Amino acid sequence: MKAGAPERLIVDGKRLDGRALDEMREIEARIGIFKRADGSAMFRFGNTHAVAAVYGPRELHPKFIRDPKKALIRCRYNMAPFSSYERIRPGVSRRSVEISKILKEALSQVVVLEEFPKATIDVFVEILQADASTRCAALNAAVLALADAGIPMTDLISSCAVGKVDGEIVLDVAGVEDNYGEVDMPIAVTPRDGKVVLLQIDGILTVEEFRKALQLAKKGCQKVYEVQKSALLEKYSEEDVNAVRDE
Amino acid sequence: MLFETSENYVRKLVADGLRIDRRGFEDFREIKVETGVAPKAEGSARVTIGNTQVLAGVKMSLGDPYPDTPNEGVLIVNTELVPIASPTFEPGPPDENAIEISRVVDRGIRESKCIELEGLGVGEKVWIINVDIHVLDHDGNLIDASALGAISALLDAKIPKYDENEEKILYGEPDRPLPVRDIPVAVTSGKISGKMLLDTTLEEESALDARLTVTTNKNGEIVAMQKGGSGFFTFEEVERAVELSVEKGKEIRKILGGIRD
Repeated sequence: MKAGAPERLIVDGKRLDGRALDEMREIEARIGIFKRADGSAMFRFGNTHAVAAVYGPRELHPKFIRDPKKALIRCRYNMAPFSSYERIRPGVSRRSVEISKILKEALSQVVVLEEFPKATIDVFVEILQADASTRCAALNAAVLALADAGIPMTDLISSCAVGKVDGEIVLDVAGVEDNYGEVDMPIAVTPRDGKVVLLQIDGILTVEEFRKALQLAKKGCQKVYEVQKSALLEKYSEEDVNAVRDE
Repeated sequence: MLFETSENYVRKLVADGLRIDRRGFEDFREIKVETGVAPKAEGSARVTIGNTQVLAGVKMSLGDPYPDTPNEGVLIVNTELVPIASPTFEPGPPDENAIEISRVVDRGIRESKCIELEGLGVGEKVWIINVDIHVLDHDGNLIDASALGAISALLDAKIPKYDENEEKILYGEPDRPLPVRDIPVAVTSGKISGKMLLDTTLEEESALDARLTVTTNKNGEIVAMQKGGSGFFTFEEVERAVELSVEKGKEIRKILGGIRD
């Protein structure tokens, strides 16, 4: 362990922030938070706060990158300079390029791209506060923003991270666990048909531990899905949709 | 248009349980590793997997440590997809594909803790280990080839002598081998039309729906993982990819056994 680490991260089966091993932080989702964008949403895991906006489908330039058969998804993941204790230097980093790429790839699995040949769907995610699992929060927000924009999708995407802390597999690593934990494993699944659309591991896991982590992650993603679903229902409850139709 | 035709062809073959080069789905092409190919580098390796060719070089210099690890060496992995390797590679700063390769390779080396970074301080400074991966010929499976090139070059690397009075690194005068205690190996499973294939060629990658790279250490533990591509994996497929990586990792690690002797 690195210098400055607390002696134990798990005491009597509880984590330092009081959570049980399989307990997620407080999560929150809201839809339609921005006016200008075609779709927008926020997603929060405790102190990790992501907002997403979708523009499109719209015309794609330059022309030669257009796909005559389907739309292209472009994604930008960005951390606000003030989102972390150490200031994040504005502009792209290798980390943000990689995360943008895997988010785009995950979203491409659920969006019905064939509906919009030659077009682009632009997804912008800003991390306003970062306390681990930022890519998961980004994806959870992005998929809700796409739904808010009325983009046809085959399923939602629900994402969370599991990790290994003090030798134990835990759900939703946060705070000091992120700095001193042994393993971080973000995962994203489509809640209805159970496709794994994002999966990464940093750190050492035995094959057995990995299986356990996978099971715990499934549970976590289900929890995220429930929150996403109720946020969508809140915004687009049947009465509201009818009200729009009557207008 | 060329790629569209080969995509359909690859899918048709895969549906019949076949590959263009007649390999089994879980077979690698021939892997060759040659070290010491760049004498001015502290360590180097040329890795070929079939027609894919990657050159990796290690250069070392003295620099500032990270503030939270004052006595540890610093590892930096960079990948260049140079235009000679493929008609689709263009000059310029690394694009998202090159960056992803760098970061996946870096993750395997870093998380396996295969380099003993702790003993790499020199006074206030520490050794900065730059691993540069130069992709020379692209015929698919660049992640596995790059990871193999990187660890081979690190195994080959020797720390140069340092003249404390002159405060000068004596390049070309090796002091001791770079301390390496593990050999992470990346094995990528590609998914084409619902089937899992190892070591995909460029032609096969035109039909690739998704890939999952699993890096294992010598104890057969997982040290890093990365899913790529816009397709998906089922939970069963993920577990199969892990099994395959553990199994193949063992075989590939044997090829590298001789570098340190």
